[in-house]
Amino acid sequence: MLDYSILIEHWDMYMQGFANTLKASVLALIGSFAIGTVMAVFRIAPIRPLNWIGAAYVEFIRNIPLILIVFVFFVGLPAIGIRFDSFTAGTLGLTVYTAAFIAEVIRAGILAVPKGQMEAARSSGLTYLQAMWYVILPQAVKIVIPPMGNQFINLVKNSSVLGVIAGLDLMYFGDLISSETFVTFDVYIFVALFYLLLTIPLSLGVGALERRLAKSR
Amino acid sequence: MIYFHQVNKHYGDFHVLKDINLTIEQGEVVVIIGPSGSGKSTLVRCINRLETITSGELIVDGVKVNDKNTDINKLRRNIGMVFQHFNLYPHKTVLQNITLAPMKVLGVPEKEAKETAMYYLEKVGIPDKANAYPTALSGGQQQRVAIARGLAMKPKIMLFDEPTSALDPETIGEVLDVMKTLAREGMTMVVVTHEMGFAREVADRIVFMDQGRILEEAPPEQFFANPREERARLFLSRILNH
Ligand SMILES: Nc1ncnc2c1ncn2[C@@H]1O[C@H](COP(=O)(O)OP(=O)(O)OP(=O)(O)O)[C@@H](O)[C@H]1O
Ligand SMILES: [Mg+2]
Repeated sequence: MLDYSILIEHWDMYMQGFANTLKASVLALIGSFAIGTVMAVFRIAPIRPLNWIGAAYVEFIRNIPLILIVFVFFVGLPAIGIRFDSFTAGTLGLTVYTAAFIAEVIRAGILAVPKGQMEAARSSGLTYLQAMWYVILPQAVKIVIPPMGNQFINLVKNSSVLGVIAGLDLMYFGDLISSETFVTFDVYIFVALFYLLLTIPLSLGVGALERRLAKSR
Repeated sequence: MIYFHQVNKHYGDFHVLKDINLTIEQGEVVVIIGPSGSGKSTLVRCINRLETITSGELIVDGVKVNDKNTDINKLRRNIGMVFQHFNLYPHKTVLQNITLAPMKVLGVPEKEAKETAMYYLEKVGIPDKANAYPTALSGGQQQRVAIARGLAMKPKIMLFDEPTSALDPETIGEVLDVMKTLAREGMTMVVVTHEMGFAREVADRIVFMDQGRILEEAPPEQFFANPREERARLFLSRILNH
């Protein structure tokens, strides 16, 4: 049986970790969605140098381990005088890393929107960016909701990287409680349950959104 | 209004448009016909720079279309385009489809844009569909919305690329009727179509294309009664007897 006294006695720590994991996830979600969208448009826009920047970002970032990107913010930039606390460094690393995957998802979505949509929008006098914003992206985002949901779930789980740099998240407090109590299994089971508390509703929410949009079109 | 002088276009090695010379005056309705792959769409799409020409001169509404200093978005305000597959925005209502460009391109206030949209929806005969989504409309209705969307920018030129080719036979007439009205009101129109009845009735001029060249240009009476070119004759006999 699980030892619930651990949960009760360390409730504050669990809650603080949970709140920070939630906060890091939400911030990284918003940030990576924004950067990912920009990079996706960069890769597709009819401007060569932007294509290169977009491609370089995606290929570089998604092919190195997340922890290394977090270290860039945690020890790399401080070495040249730009400092962050560990929570911020972790969240920034997570954002930059996830954005590369989101860029690919959104790019696929943009390419799945029929060519005629861009042509109709441009021929009416809209600029490329206006056409993207008002016509293409809303359709692309609808198309990519399922893979986007996967990326967001990965993001929540990957936020555990904050634990490695003392980022005050669930994983960090899990480690802390475990080293205080010398209990491992039960402590981490509760940590896992808290992650599920975030990921399962996210998963259900994405499913519901998908069904609703399927009906609306 | 539209002036092609020695225009050529290549897709890589493929020579799509060959030495095109064509002048279209304000208020003229020009119908372009010709076999599949002859370059009709390409020609029309050059007019608003959806395709870029390789050489020659193309002037539309007094503006050199392919000049570096040309603000293409500004030129495009004056050129409406209607596509074979309508290309309505599926995530927007009929009204939103029509008001988007006037609001974002011309900066028309929302209320005024809606009024204008309703005016053109009345004109194409479907004001009751203003709040519907495109998927809830028949093909003919969708194409009429697309025409209203083009007109809402109050363009000087309307381009049509096979506007009825994707329609059920029973809805073709309603779209052609709208186009006929437009033509009568003096809109400058360039129309690619296989509807010979329409061409005969409203065109000021027929342009016959084959293999990237304009082979013949003539008023409809003359063209249909007695085409000069053998290939035009062949094309007509095939299309009229099918
Ligand atoms: N993007 C492209 N790249 C290469 N070739 C192309 C491209 N677009 C069109 N073509 C070719 O150019 C030729 C002319 O095409 P276009 O679409 O202008 O013909 P069309 O007269 O409109 O034919 P249709 O009646 O079938 O619509 C065709 O042979 C076509 O295969
Ligand atoms: Mg065509």
